[in-house]
Amino acid sequence: MNWNTLLFGVFPYIALTLAVVVTAYRMAYRPFSVSAQSSQLLEQKRLFYGSIAMHWGLVLVLLGHLLALLIPKGLLLWNAVPLRLYLLEITGLGLGLWALVGTWVLLTRRLSVARVRAASTSMDYLVLVVILVSALSGVLTALLYRFGSYWFPAVMTPYLWSIFTLQPRPELIADLPFWTQLHVFNFWVFLAVFPFSRLVHIITVPLGYVLRPWQIVIWVRKLAR
Amino acid sequence: MKVRTHMSMLFHLDKCIGCHTCSIACKNLWTDRKGAEYMWWNNVETRPGAGYPTGWEDQDRFKGGWEYKDGHLDLRLHSRTQGLFRLFFNPALPSIDDYYDPYTFRYSDLFTSPEGEDQPTAVPVSMITGEVMTPTSGPNWDDDLGGSPLYAQNDPNLKGLDPEVRAQLSEIEGVVFQYLPRICNHCLNPGCVAACPTGAIYKRAEDGVVLVNENKCKAWRMCVAACPYKKVYYNWATGKSEKCILCFPRLETGQAPACAHSCVGRIRYMGVLLYDADRIPEAAMVPDDQLVESQLGIILDPFDPEVIAAAKAEGIDDGWIKAAQNSPIYKFVKVWRLAFPLHPEYRTLAMMFYVPPLSPVVSTLEKALRASQGKEGLVRLDIPETDLDFEVYESLERARMPVKYLANLFTAGNESLVVPALKKMLAVRILKRQESLEGGVTEKALRVLQDAGLTLEEAEAIYRLTTLPTLEERFVLPPYHREMAAEVWKDPLAHKGETGFGYIQPPLRGE
Repeated sequence: MNWNTLLFGVFPYIALTLAVVVTAYRMAYRPFSVSAQSSQLLEQKRLFYGSIAMHWGLVLVLLGHLLALLIPKGLLLWNAVPLRLYLLEITGLGLGLWALVGTWVLLTRRLSVARVRAASTSMDYLVLVVILVSALSGVLTALLYRFGSYWFPAVMTPYLWSIFTLQPRPELIADLPFWTQLHVFNFWVFLAVFPFSRLVHIITVPLGYVLRPWQIVIWVRKLAR
Repeated sequence: MKVRTHMSMLFHLDKCIGCHTCSIACKNLWTDRKGAEYMWWNNVETRPGAGYPTGWEDQDRFKGGWEYKDGHLDLRLHSRTQGLFRLFFNPALPSIDDYYDPYTFRYSDLFTSPEGEDQPTAVPVSMITGEVMTPTSGPNWDDDLGGSPLYAQNDPNLKGLDPEVRAQLSEIEGVVFQYLPRICNHCLNPGCVAACPTGAIYKRAEDGVVLVNENKCKAWRMCVAACPYKKVYYNWATGKSEKCILCFPRLETGQAPACAHSCVGRIRYMGVLLYDADRIPEAAMVPDDQLVESQLGIILDPFDPEVIAAAKAEGIDDGWIKAAQNSPIYKFVKVWRLAFPLHPEYRTLAMMFYVPPLSPVVSTLEKALRASQGKEGLVRLDIPETDLDFEVYESLERARMPVKYLANLFTAGNESLVVPALKKMLAVRILKRQESLEGGVTEKALRVLQDAGLTLEEAEAIYRLTTLPTLEERFVLPPYHREMAAEVWKDPLAHKGETGFGYIQPPLRGE
């Protein structure tokens, strides 16, 4: 087994297993530990610039990746017209840069604001570093190896599906440039860190709020029956 | 009619001496923990004053409570969709500096400092960072600072006051203040519950206590902003919101909440109210000046056979109905009309009630007299001692604590509700003073009672419950029958020893 197989053929399964099993355990048996761990109470101004940029940048870029994974043909058809390709690439790059700057702001904030530092654990720093590496390697890939949205459906979509369908083809990653390999590997690291960190709050996004009634009243005694 | 029961507290402000014993009892019991150092589930404010957190009543900034516009009742904070878009940053959230940087003193310095010429001192250190700091604010930083330009004059409740009266409030020898103890109001239409995107906050139907489910809370912290009273706090160490739990573990074991039980001035009363849950929305959707009336409208008469039948149909047991009939809260709020909710204009239908305080009248009369005569120095009212009480009664509106101010606090600015309450309280006082001065009920005192709309029996009852109540009369606690709810837990033995507010697992941040 070579390094490539280990990092891109075996490690993804370790990461995915951890992400699914540990997250399920934590949600079911350690619910008190699941929290977004907001530090807005302790510092507001830098959080405003950092948090909004990082969150929205990442959410939108991830949605883009998801689209490329689910409808690669649609993406290629969209890119058939150069203008549309440029539009997509510039938007993606812009969002990636936004997320990168936001993450940088958050990391420096966490290191330099005494109150936030006091409330931080090493996992908080690790999470930010992982995200920073992800945003940085992603932006570099987009800048250096154009055009990502053009070759993603040909390389990454088959690779990711090969992992998800339990027929891993790590050789697809072997010849990619360093920054792209780092970006892919870092994603699996992200998944491995996910269940052990505050990142679990991602799956608790409260979309149900849109539908629920304003008030919640509970009969403690009727619950028991 | 959907009858529900509510545990309510009443604060008799005329008796509050501002000693903060309640705050300390609460702090020792519930919030003496990491991340909770800055929280005061119970706090006492000097009024006029800025309060805690500073300026909490400024809803243009903190966006608490509900807004009634064009027949709609909406959270001032956000619509549901807006709420989701503000998860990453919530602009209305107060920062720790709006409360204060919690501090302690490094007492070890007293023992470990090297030998020297001077007495060693314990330096203040931040309880968040542990660094040496200089405290510049605290939960009662403006204690007793009535009239201060920095605090008292920024009180939003002073709006609508006659500029002359307002100026007098800060004059030397004219300064006046009262105390305002505050806990969570356990509202009927709580803003915190409505604002929580996860749905982690709920109201208990049995007794109306509003609680945060710490297992569900995900730190979106909308509740902190949406509560107009700023009585939900965010624990920065555990990443969960916390609030006053009305000492429900104490209530369930037949004890009054710690703040009430420890009250030195015995200003606090606890009791059951019956209310009609079906009519909550309509009670919250009336113009400002009718809000108190509409809220009192959905509090039901526990002696009414129809109400009793409806309550039983809802599964409310006899013990609770009996407690509602003996409830001191019901008497003060509904029967005597002496108590009001705090800031009804927030439309959360607060269920803790306040009896407004009386304040000196003679000094303002003498001051006016002095001004009219153009004299300097002391001018006394030329009235015999025996008539002074009645003169005061006639001029109650000119009491040193402006009626408009009290109305802004307790009746959304409606003075016509506050004045009758003050008159009743003063009439009772006059009656009792006449009794001890003249040896019995006098004709004059009866006339005052009649003017205040009280019978002799009512006046006697108000007097007794105000000044001479026993512990059992102040705290009429219903039987909770926890033994019947024991089945809530799958295995009672597994949870033995866990009543109270503790962590089932250690609160490690972001574990």
